[in-house]
Amino acid sequence: MDAIILQILNGLDKGSAYALIALGLTLIFGTLGVVNFAHGALFMIGAFCAVTLQRILNISFETIDPTRTDFLGNPMKVKTTYVETWFGPEVGASIIDWAVPLAILFSIPIMIGIGFIMERGLIKHFYKRPHADQILVTFGLAIVLQEIIKYFYGANPIPTGAPDVFKGSFDFGVMLGFDANAIIYPYWRLVYFAFAAIIVGAVFAFLQFTTFGMVVRAGMADRETVGLLGINIDKRFTIMFGIAAAVAGLAGVMYAPINSPNYHMGMDFLVLSFVVVVVGGMGSLPGAVLAGFLLGILESFASMNEIKSILPGIDQIIIYLVAIIILLTRPRGLMGRKGVMED
Amino acid sequence: MSNSNLTRRGLMKTSAIAGAGLALPTIFTASSASAFTNEPTGGTVTLGFNVPQSGPYADEGADELRAYQLAVEHLNGGGDGGMMNTFSSKVLQGGGILGKKVEFVTGDTQTKSDAARASAKSMIEKDGAIMITGGSSSGVAVAVQGLCQEAGVIFMAGLTHSNDTTGKDKKANGFRHFFNAYMSAAALAPVLQKLYGSDRKAYHLTADYTWGWTQEESIAAATEAMGWETVNKVRTPLAATDFSSYIAPVLNSGADVLVLNHYGGNMVNSLTNAVQFGLREKQVNGKNFEIVVPLYSRLMARGAGENVKGIHGSTNWHWSLQDDASKAFVKSFGEKYGFPPSQAAHTVYCQTLLYADAVMRAGSFNPCAVVEALEGFEFDGLGNGKTLYRADDHQCFKDVLVVRGKENPTSEFDLLEVVEVTPAAQVTYPADHPMFAGGALGNCNPGA
Repeated sequence: MDAIILQILNGLDKGSAYALIALGLTLIFGTLGVVNFAHGALFMIGAFCAVTLQRILNISFETIDPTRTDFLGNPMKVKTTYVETWFGPEVGASIIDWAVPLAILFSIPIMIGIGFIMERGLIKHFYKRPHADQILVTFGLAIVLQEIIKYFYGANPIPTGAPDVFKGSFDFGVMLGFDANAIIYPYWRLVYFAFAAIIVGAVFAFLQFTTFGMVVRAGMADRETVGLLGINIDKRFTIMFGIAAAVAGLAGVMYAPINSPNYHMGMDFLVLSFVVVVVGGMGSLPGAVLAGFLLGILESFASMNEIKSILPGIDQIIIYLVAIIILLTRPRGLMGRKGVMED
Repeated sequence: MSNSNLTRRGLMKTSAIAGAGLALPTIFTASSASAFTNEPTGGTVTLGFNVPQSGPYADEGADELRAYQLAVEHLNGGGDGGMMNTFSSKVLQGGGILGKKVEFVTGDTQTKSDAARASAKSMIEKDGAIMITGGSSSGVAVAVQGLCQEAGVIFMAGLTHSNDTTGKDKKANGFRHFFNAYMSAAALAPVLQKLYGSDRKAYHLTADYTWGWTQEESIAAATEAMGWETVNKVRTPLAATDFSSYIAPVLNSGADVLVLNHYGGNMVNSLTNAVQFGLREKQVNGKNFEIVVPLYSRLMARGAGENVKGIHGSTNWHWSLQDDASKAFVKSFGEKYGFPPSQAAHTVYCQTLLYADAVMRAGSFNPCAVVEALEGFEFDGLGNGKTLYRADDHQCFKDVLVVRGKENPTSEFDLLEVVEVTPAAQVTYPADHPMFAGGALGNCNPGA
């Protein structure tokens, strides 16, 4: 039982990442009709926003400490960060410690900006082209973005820690009446789940309760009519692209302390996120979120030793297996609407 | 067919020309009559450095390339000579190899076997490389070693730790300076026993490919021999990025040691996840829970940040060693590049010097002469103490370092501290050891 609860928790935080990326993908697909294979790269760039802010906060000047020597026997150069000199050692250290949460603010304008540039500069020219062209160009873009990041940050993962308060793990075992230490779960992963829930809620609220959101939803249903009513729907869709990019970016920022960011982390998530979108139903926002969590939890369960001993290797194929079953029984996905990608 | 312009005479002409064309390469090879593949004829000799320049191990590949460039500089008489000054064999004097200036070409393995074979093939066939060296994966090493055997060039393996490279997949033209999984296990086991006792339950997480399998087998055998119990061995896909669902079952498995048979990004993520799940603060069976990373790489350990502190593993070489050879190498590498070399850099630098030295001693670039010179070669002064290139399997036997993640690093390079230098005798195994059985060196192939 405790093992099952643990895997559900595991699935929730994996599912959070899938859901956030899939949500952005669906937003873009639903509004602009573009299959955006560069979306994983946006997630990765988000994580690197956290890395970058951490680096900026750690910019330092060197002083020579003659009492110590470096690996070549020369006097050691000691680095002191500007942040610590400006704000005093204690405040400075805690600012650096909180680099990842601070990066949320730092990344939103950057991600929206990147989203705008991507949409206006490249993807716009592919609206009238077949989906295959869109997939090729966005996939190519993903590779370019990946290599740019690798050029500046190297290929190795870069440790980006959560603030000290969130280090360690929470003991659910005691709370739920199991043995102590039976179900422990890292604080930051719980934070990640809560954060994902807030973002998903915010996006839905934005689409549901604002005039802007209403127009966007109308445009998703019938772009032409909305255009005929004199509304510049293209501009709003561009803004939605920026928002979708920001959602992916924020998912990446908060993911940085879970696994050290590296340049190909986007690709690792991209394929799965597409499966999530398809399973959830192309163009359906609630479907994307539901499928994200569903597949995340299933993937976790499939990694359990008890299940792997009956079906070896199931952890590697479970997502695709479930996708096949769902698509055979519900060809439009869990919550897919009629008419999407069917003309 | 009625419109075809083909005549009997025309057909004859075309076939004659085509036939002559096909015969041409044989005419050339017959007249040049070289004794072996890519025999150097001018004033230069070309070495092929096949390292990952893209893909997840690109940073290790970059460090290997730096060491190769340093080695070439030293062989051609530039720089301060580095470990050429401390090397026990004194035939290398900075005048190139057999009087020929050393040049090099590089290839990108991408850490993929097919890409690595293609780049090695291109360097051999197009660039005339006389020897191929490098790599940062056992899968790649085994693939390229096989190719070099067929092509008739020497392969000096880079970073490869699987038993199979000099075990079931060994080849007469291939040589490995780096240590292997068996040696890691033999060096680590006594240290682990001293630290954690002989009543322990180990849980293995293993990367699902040749290197992971042989390391899991080696560590399990060595720890079981001292009384540990292996609770479970779980294979994880090489492409896995989040290990939380593999770590979670460890919590309730009754195990009190977690062995991570992971390398590179796998190691960084699995170790980070294990620490996040509080494994290190956990008490099981009345003992502190411990994590072991049998193969450490300092470059990779950086990615795991603070999580490596206090965690034990083994390594082939570390820049903090205080012997003259290591100091000389760190000095010439550090002065050229501004930071200390990695173990990958060290092993490929050694491999380059060892190859050059063997050619000089053999007096020929002929692969078979080089093989003969390297087989059973005993040397010292390359940073690992007295070392033997064993003739039976082309594996180097030397001391192995047991290291631990440092609690108070003084710089960004100062991540590991050497706990013990395990003498070569303790990690030596018979050539017919069952973990290395199944293959044969075969005969050296000079090609051509």
